[in-house]
Amino acid sequence: MKYLRKNDLIMLAFSLVLFAVLQVLISERILSAFWQLNVLIVGINIIMAVSLNLINGYTGQFSLGHAGFMAVGAYTAVICTANFHLPFIVALLAGAAAAGFIGFLIGLPTLRLQGDYLAIATLGLGEIVRIVIMNIDYVGGAAGFKGIPHNTNFAWVFFIMLFALFFIKNFVNSNHGRACLAIRENEIAAEAMGVNTTKYKVMAFTIGAAFAGIAGGLFAHCFYIINPMSFTFMQSFNYLIMVVLGGLGSITGSIAGAFVVTFISAALASWPEFRMIIYALALIALMMKRPQGLFGYMEITNASIFDKIFRRGRV
Amino acid sequence: MDFTHQLVQQLINGISLGSIYALIALGYTMIYGIIKLINFAHGDVYMVGAYIGFFAITQAGLGVVPALLISMVTTGILGMVIEKLAYKPLRHAPRISVLITAIGVSFFLEYTSMYFVTPTPRTFPAVLDNVAFNVGPFVVNGQQLMIFAVTILLMVILTYIVQRTKTGKAMRAASYDTETAQLMGIDSDRVISFTFGIGSALAAAAGVLVGIYYNSIDPLMGIMPGVKAFVAAVLGGIGILPGAVVGGLILGVVEALVAGFVSSTFRDAAAFAILILVLLFKPTGIFGKNTREKV
Repeated sequence: MKYLRKNDLIMLAFSLVLFAVLQVLISERILSAFWQLNVLIVGINIIMAVSLNLINGYTGQFSLGHAGFMAVGAYTAVICTANFHLPFIVALLAGAAAAGFIGFLIGLPTLRLQGDYLAIATLGLGEIVRIVIMNIDYVGGAAGFKGIPHNTNFAWVFFIMLFALFFIKNFVNSNHGRACLAIRENEIAAEAMGVNTTKYKVMAFTIGAAFAGIAGGLFAHCFYIINPMSFTFMQSFNYLIMVVLGGLGSITGSIAGAFVVTFISAALASWPEFRMIIYALALIALMMKRPQGLFGYMEITNASIFDKIFRRGRV
Repeated sequence: MDFTHQLVQQLINGISLGSIYALIALGYTMIYGIIKLINFAHGDVYMVGAYIGFFAITQAGLGVVPALLISMVTTGILGMVIEKLAYKPLRHAPRISVLITAIGVSFFLEYTSMYFVTPTPRTFPAVLDNVAFNVGPFVVNGQQLMIFAVTILLMVILTYIVQRTKTGKAMRAASYDTETAQLMGIDSDRVISFTFGIGSALAAAAGVLVGIYYNSIDPLMGIMPGVKAFVAAVLGGIGILPGAVVGGLILGVVEALVAGFVSSTFRDAAAFAILILVLLFKPTGIFGKNTREKV
């Protein structure tokens, strides 16, 4: 326990250094506005990928509706800030609560489904959420919600991302997390061992959805306008790609996946006509070379890094 | 009278649309039945089929039937090539990696076509005279009749291939249990390739028919029908051929009714809602067999 805490502290110190470096780069305007925005998007995508990983990678429930939860969080948050002038943090929490609640409502009946049936059901629910939003005039309908305060900055994204990473890491390493892993490995065996599979599946789904909601709130406040078309199932595919590319069931992998995907699409932005073709080919090639994703189940923890560095130093 | 009249009219529209979903869904379900892959690129194969048909009619000046045949053959070969290049190397990889590859192939087809044919929608030439038949008080137009005829014909041919030929028997065996089929001397790679060929050819036919029906095609036209066809396949019970047809028809009719009586913005939502309702009560689809999972 103590050892873990110590490692957490080291990781936290590391993160703070990283934050300081990036913050300096941003406030000194060394990064162009385009890359500044992309740094925010990377952070948001990491939250999305790691929360989807909790559902898909750790609990083994194939969900394709993550963009729907993001949409719920985004719209709830912008209603709070733009229409009710609530503080940003309250809006984000409200978005998380709303998305988590919808995740709970959706998860309870649909998680009885298995594999591909669950995949298409969640894809459908995500689309239903989007279409319903599109038909609510109060939030601007298909034209989108205008006049959103520009609240998201790097600090918000970074610290919420950090919180999400620590939360999900600790969840996975807790009793609940073990139950989720057992469900992934073999649902029937897990049930036979006394794991309440429905409870843990719904729990993972709700937590994942809530984090997607926060990410949605952050995403919405990056721009002055949001549109239901930003939350189509293609977007859910994108998050799935990040998770699988990084490695299902690896938090390090999700971070890497989110980073790689965002970076590729940002770097190719100057060749719009080839961008998606190159992206598609890169995706196919990566899956052929490393079907288990960049990291597989592997994690890079500071424990392993430090062990390597310091042991060598001591000997 | 007025209500029933409109109802029947919407049913006719729905069945036309449903036939198209059914043709795409057949490919989905056949491919899924054999290699358990949700081939997300299938909708884009359908788009490529529509474009080949379009160019065969406009550039080569062919009639509808030759254009349809050329499109089906070319797209069938394309499907086999895709399988060979993208999916075959991943035969023993985790299923989700193959799924991501399928999404990659889908992006590739969409944006490569966009590069070559430009993103602007093309107007499909009016190949049929604008005829409409009055059956009692109801109107069936020439395009719809053509859709019915082609769909029924293709389904009869497909049924014959699957039920009566040796290859069909091999397909059924491979979808039942690929490994055992292989032990019995069935070349499963060849069967899988053949399945992709047939599935893609059916999708191409659907693409050309849609072009004729809606008069407009564009490089991203495959995304939504692709997902809908998958919904149709799951609705009927994935891997089951009659299920795909019934699922497609139900989906088409529901969409037409919702678009006609409620609001066209909700038609997609209705399709998904039906799917979820069916799955909640029958988690393996309408025709799906409930297999008890063994430890």
